[in-house]
Parts: sequence; structure tokens; C-alpha cells
Amino acid sequence: MLGWELPPHNSGGLGVACYHLSKALALKGTSIDFVVPYSAPHDDIDFMNVHHATSLSPLHKFGMGAYDSSFIAQTINRDGVQGLTSIRDIQAQYGRFVEDFAQNNDFDAIHAHDWLTMEAGMKAKEISNKPLIVHVHATEFDRAGGSTGNPLVHEIEYQGLIMADRIFAVSEITKQIIVERYNIPADKIEVVYNAIDTLSFDANYRYDGRTYRYLEGLKQEGYTVISAITRLTIQKGLGNLVRALARAVEKYDRIVLLLAGDGEQRDELIQLASDLGISDKVFFTGFVRGKQWRDAYIVSDIFVLSSISEPFGLTALEAAHHDNALIITKQSGVGEVLHSIFRYDFWDVDRLADQLVGIATSPALKESLRRNVTNEYARISWYDVAHQCMSAYSSVRPVEVFA
Amino acid sequence: MSKRGITLYLHVHQPYRVRNYTVFDASIDHNYFNDTDSQSNHNNERILNKVADKSYRPMNALLEKLLATHPDFKVSLSITGTFIEQAEAWAPDVLESFKRLVNTGRVEIVSETYYHSLAFFYSRTEFERQVEAHKAKVREVFGVETSVFRNTELSYNDELAQWAEQYGFKGVLAEGWDPVLEWRSPNFVYSPEGTENISLLLKNYKLSDDLAFRFSNRAWEEWPLTVDKYNSWIEASIQDQPLINLFMDYETFGEHQWEDTGIFTFFEEFVERWLSNPDNTFYTVSEAIEAHKPVGKLSMPYTVTWADSERDLTAWLGNSMQQEAMRHIYSMEDDIVRSGDGELIADWRKLQTSDHAYYMCTKWFTDGDVHAYFSPYSSPYDAFLYYLNAIRDVRWRLHEDHKTGGLGG
Repeated sequence: MLGWELPPHNSGGLGVACYHLSKALALKGTSIDFVVPYSAPHDDIDFMNVHHATSLSPLHKFGMGAYDSSFIAQTINRDGVQGLTSIRDIQAQYGRFVEDFAQNNDFDAIHAHDWLTMEAGMKAKEISNKPLIVHVHATEFDRAGGSTGNPLVHEIEYQGLIMADRIFAVSEITKQIIVERYNIPADKIEVVYNAIDTLSFDANYRYDGRTYRYLEGLKQEGYTVISAITRLTIQKGLGNLVRALARAVEKYDRIVLLLAGDGEQRDELIQLASDLGISDKVFFTGFVRGKQWRDAYIVSDIFVLSSISEPFGLTALEAAHHDNALIITKQSGVGEVLHSIFRYDFWDVDRLADQLVGIATSPALKESLRRNVTNEYARISWYDVAHQCMSAYSSVRPVEVFA
Repeated sequence: MSKRGITLYLHVHQPYRVRNYTVFDASIDHNYFNDTDSQSNHNNERILNKVADKSYRPMNALLEKLLATHPDFKVSLSITGTFIEQAEAWAPDVLESFKRLVNTGRVEIVSETYYHSLAFFYSRTEFERQVEAHKAKVREVFGVETSVFRNTELSYNDELAQWAEQYGFKGVLAEGWDPVLEWRSPNFVYSPEGTENISLLLKNYKLSDDLAFRFSNRAWEEWPLTVDKYNSWIEASIQDQPLINLFMDYETFGEHQWEDTGIFTFFEEFVERWLSNPDNTFYTVSEAIEAHKPVGKLSMPYTVTWADSERDLTAWLGNSMQQEAMRHIYSMEDDIVRSGDGELIADWRKLQTSDHAYYMCTKWFTDGDVHAYFSPYSSPYDAFLYYLNAIRDVRWRLHEDHKTGGLGG
């Protein structure tokens, strides 16, 4: 298994998905060697072997998350000048480690997650002649949020998808992007949804209503709390969410928005809320973790996933687990596995506003959405995902592309 | 015939800066202004002591010396209520030195709002309460009455002059801004439009800003500014005219212009030079008004301030965050005042201090440089969020303790 991060050294959902997928696979008897590009203890992982391809500390300390490829253009020309600082350098060292590993170890399949590890996956396939499964959690088109993205990353993704013997896409939306933007035959791609491991939530957690006491006070006054728990970045479509809030407030003003997270778009969103005259209806928390993060889901009544392009969107399942009514853009993959939700096109501010007012003013609607989605998210399990992966491992045979 | 005089007026002020007050503090911790981190840029006690060492202590010592040496030396001061409170708590020696200055009888205290607020533009009743509170504080601390008014940031329009006349002031201060004055000189006393018994003193902004803003600027073609040069400019400006009004922040001396720029020595030598001519003197603001009849009417229908190249309120109210902040704070007035809760009312008023809005300014170009220097926050957006969270907590206290107002505003 070739991945870029595992909790707690993750910058987002990719690491979480890799962790739970591996754990479920291991419980079904799969033996896994998981390669990460950094050195850090993973003491809580005893179900697989974690290998460290470099001696670097976890990546987010270098500001190199799994989600941002924009820095490559700035750092790629400096190869060697500053030593192991650019992500391309780290990928190269990661690739050499995987090469060595493939030469000296036996395994049945190679499972590579996203463009970051695709080159290493191709090398391992070349050396071992074992099937390569490329697992796409996000493409460069998603990360670019509407702009063109990095051509080098597109090229690596294209090669990886061509060389793969099987492709896992985390949603139909992602599958469509792979087919349409990379011209990959649809029958080579299998949709493998993410799941949620509700047992992973801290069992000792208790909600005491103190973290967001002000919001609890507003709820006492009949307010509905809408939330987005996310990085504040263009891809997430939060500008339209704030605009929709302003539209909704014109009709019904007992609603507020909790924006839990941080990111480069924060100042712009603060300014936007002020321009629209709703600054005191938007609550900016900054980056939240632990109890503040968990409490944000609980204080919230309606969770909105407003992404412009979201391959999956695990936060929606987390929100469902914490009893939220969900509104999800049609451009978010998680919407494919849930039915008791509202959906809208990411640009459709009026429609979102209408849905917000509808839920906020109808207790019956809110309760139905909450209750029914609970039954839906609970059906999605990592064990089913693992089962699907194992079928692929045993059935896919490598195409002789290097002959 | 009366002597040629300089009216030196210095503005003394410190705000209660809001600490990094988050969403998680609102409704839990009602302390907005007291940063427990002693090294923080929002630690008001630390800042007061820093400025006291750099400015208030050495400058007051110099003013005392000049008053003792030169019987004709005079100065006028406006000292905000928020400054007096901070000095009482953290630098009582500084307040004592101000009292000694006032006791000479040659230092006049100028009236203004206690909280250095923009209340005039939002609520006339709240504005008058703050003027009255300031008068009472000045009476209590210095034992004197005020008779000349200046509004926050020298903001002024015809309506303010009309209000000040009705309130009983005999004078009011404003910026001597060229686009308003046109061919006229700021070196005369004027009569505000729509008034009969109140006089208007105008800041000579060129000669004031030479000290306040340009004195230590090495890129300025006139740097270094010598006493000879400055005196020659004053002489040229005052020729055939009665007055030079030098209005500036008190903190010009020692904080904006550090001691090592030579500002204290310059000032001491300049006062000596000016008074070495027997035709010259200094006026307090009241004396300047008594000594000179208005030469004509002057109208400023639109608000003029002493700030930035626009001389307007855009540094405080120019963007939507600032407008939102002020809208929220003043919308609570009735409920707050009715609550009768002294602490709550005081906190609400401390949040009216114009500096809070100034920190939210996003004019980052030529003027923005000044704003960045005077802001304790890493960005205007941070300043806005902390302020908004404090507003929320004020709403919370109204709601919880007094059962009035809604948390949603």
C-alpha cells in the first residue's frame, strides 16, 4: 500500500481513509506493508507494517499537505539547491525506497493512493510484475477548484491511470472526471466509496454545551445553526454558502453560520459577510481539533457541504453521525450514497437559501432529514469497502505494459 | 495690538485594546481588555508603561521645565477618559505630572468625548453623555472646567459647531484643510456657519505635520529639520497674520518620533527661539479665541478630520467591517443604558473608542502604512473578529443578566 499520510500525521481525509481501509483489510486477513514518505511513530497501528521512506518529519510540518500541488511550480526548479525540500525531491526518494522494497520483498498487489504515489506504484509494477491498483481520492481538477491546475500533476495522473491495471474512484463523479478528462475506458474504473468508522470516535467524549455556549444560547432563542467544518479554501465553495445565508436571512433571520476551520480564503469570507451586512451571523472559529471539532458537529443543526468539486466528502458522514440535516452540492461524491438529503448545484445560491429556510422553519422536515440519513450513513462500512478491494486484488492481473 | 502667537495643542490618548478574544470566549469570559500575556501587543498595561517611558514622562518633564523657564509658554491638552483611567491604574506618577502642568494655570484642558468615540455620528444622546462624563472626570482629576471642544480625530462639520455653541462652548477645533479653506489661511480665527458666539481654530497642518509625521523621515527632502529652518517657515507663514495653530498627538514627542531623532531637543530649542522675539508668545486655545475676533464665516458641511490624505472618516468607517462594527455597537444603546449595570456600560463604551475601528482599516497603501504601524493586530480581519466576538459577549450579558436584547442582535 502506497500512501502519503496516516493519522495523526495527516492534513485531511486522505490519511483517514487510508487508515480505515487498511485496518478493515487487515481484519479480513490481508497483510499490508504501508509506505509513508516521512518518519514518525505510528504506535497505535499494529495491524500492518508502516515503512518510512525518508527520515523527514511528517509533511505538514513543511507545509506540504496531500491536497495542495500548487507549490511545485515554485520549488521544482530548485531541485538539489535546498536539498530535500520540494515535494518532487520527496517523491523521488519515496520512489527509490519503493523500488528497493519491491526488489527484496514478495507481495500480491500494489495499491497506490493519488498522484503523490503513482510514480512509485508504476516502478513497483515494473519490477515485480504485480497488478497496480490506483486509488483516486481526488484529481488535480478537483484540487484546482475550477482553474486548470498543475500540468505536471496532470501528466503524472495521466500516466498512473494509463499504467494502472485497475482504478478505484471514490465516487461516480470522480469516475466521470477520469473518463472524460483523462480518456480512460470506463470499464477499467470501479467506484469504491469511502465509509465512516463510528467506533473511531472517542468513547469518553461528552457534550457539555460549553464550547459553543453562545450558539447554544442562540438555539434557546429559536435559532438554527448551519455549519461547514472545512478548510476555508476556494474548492469548498464557501462564498456561495455565505451569499445564500444572506439571501436566506432576508426571508428568515433566525439562522447563523458556523465556519469551523482556517484557510487562505478566511479574510475574503469575513469581508464578504460584512459587505452583505451579516457579519454577526457568521462565526469564525479558526482551526479546530479535538473537543472543539467534535462539539462543532453537535451544536450544528444543518451541515452544508458546499464544494465546487468534492470527490467524496467524508465530513458529511461525520455530520450525519452527529445528527445533522445535510445539504450537499451535486458536485460532491458523498451525495451518491445518501438519499435523505437536499442537493443543489454549487453555484445555485437561491436554491441553497431556499433549502436553508425550508429546514430552519420546519421542525418536521429537519427531524425527518436527520432521522432518515442516520439509517443511510450507518449502512456504509469499511468492511464492505475492504471486501471490494480484496476482490480486485485477487481478480486483476497485470497487463504486460512494460514488455 | 496682540502678539503673534503659537497655539500648541496636544492630544493625549490610549484605548483599551481588545485581546485575542475568540468565539470560544464569548459568553464564557467577559474580560475583553485585559490580556494576561505580559508581552502581548494587546496588553494595555504594558503599552501604557512603554509609552509613558518613551513619551509621557520625558515630555511632561520638558513641558514643566519650559513652563518654569518661560512665562509666555503655554500649551493646551485634551486627555481622554480612557487614558486617565489607565494612568490612574498603572502610571499614577504620569497623572500627577499632568496635574502639576495644569496647576501652573498655563495649561488648558480641552473638552472631548470621554471614550474617544465616534458617537457624534451615531447617537447624539450617547455623545452628550460622554462629553459630560469627560467634563466630570476633568473636574475631579484636575479641578478645572473646559470651554473649548474638539471631537474625536478632530472630526468636524457645521453641525458639530452648532451643537458645541448650544452646549455652551466658546471654541471648537478643526483641521485647516485646503480644499475647504480655498484662498483663506488657517492662521486666523473663524466663525462657524450657522453660529454666532463660538469661534473656530484651524490646525496649520503643514507646520503641524512637519513635526508629527515628517520630522524623522530621512526620505523627506527637508530632513534633517533644524530649529533655524522650522522657525523660518513659521515666520513666513505667520507674516501679517496672528496665529499658528500646531495641533498634534501628544505621543509625537517620544513615541511617534523617538528621542534619538532629536525631537525633544528640537522642541526645547524651538520654544526658546520663538520666545526670544518679544513680539511672539504662546496662546492656550481659550486665549487665542479671546485675543482674536473671527475674520469671517467658514462652512464645512461635510465631515473633515485630521487623518490621512483624504482628511475624512474613511480610516474608521471606510469599509463594511467598520460600518458593521459601529452599527452593532450603537444598536445596543437603549438596552445597555437602561440596564444600569455600571460595568457593562463601561465595557460597552470602551468598545466605542475609535481605535477599534481604525485597526480594521484596509487602506493598505500610503495611508495604510501608518495604520499598520499603529495596529496591535496581525490583520484588520483579526481585529474585526475579536471585536465582533466582544460585541456578542456584550449581547450575552444583556440577555443573561438583564433579560433584554436578543443574542442575534
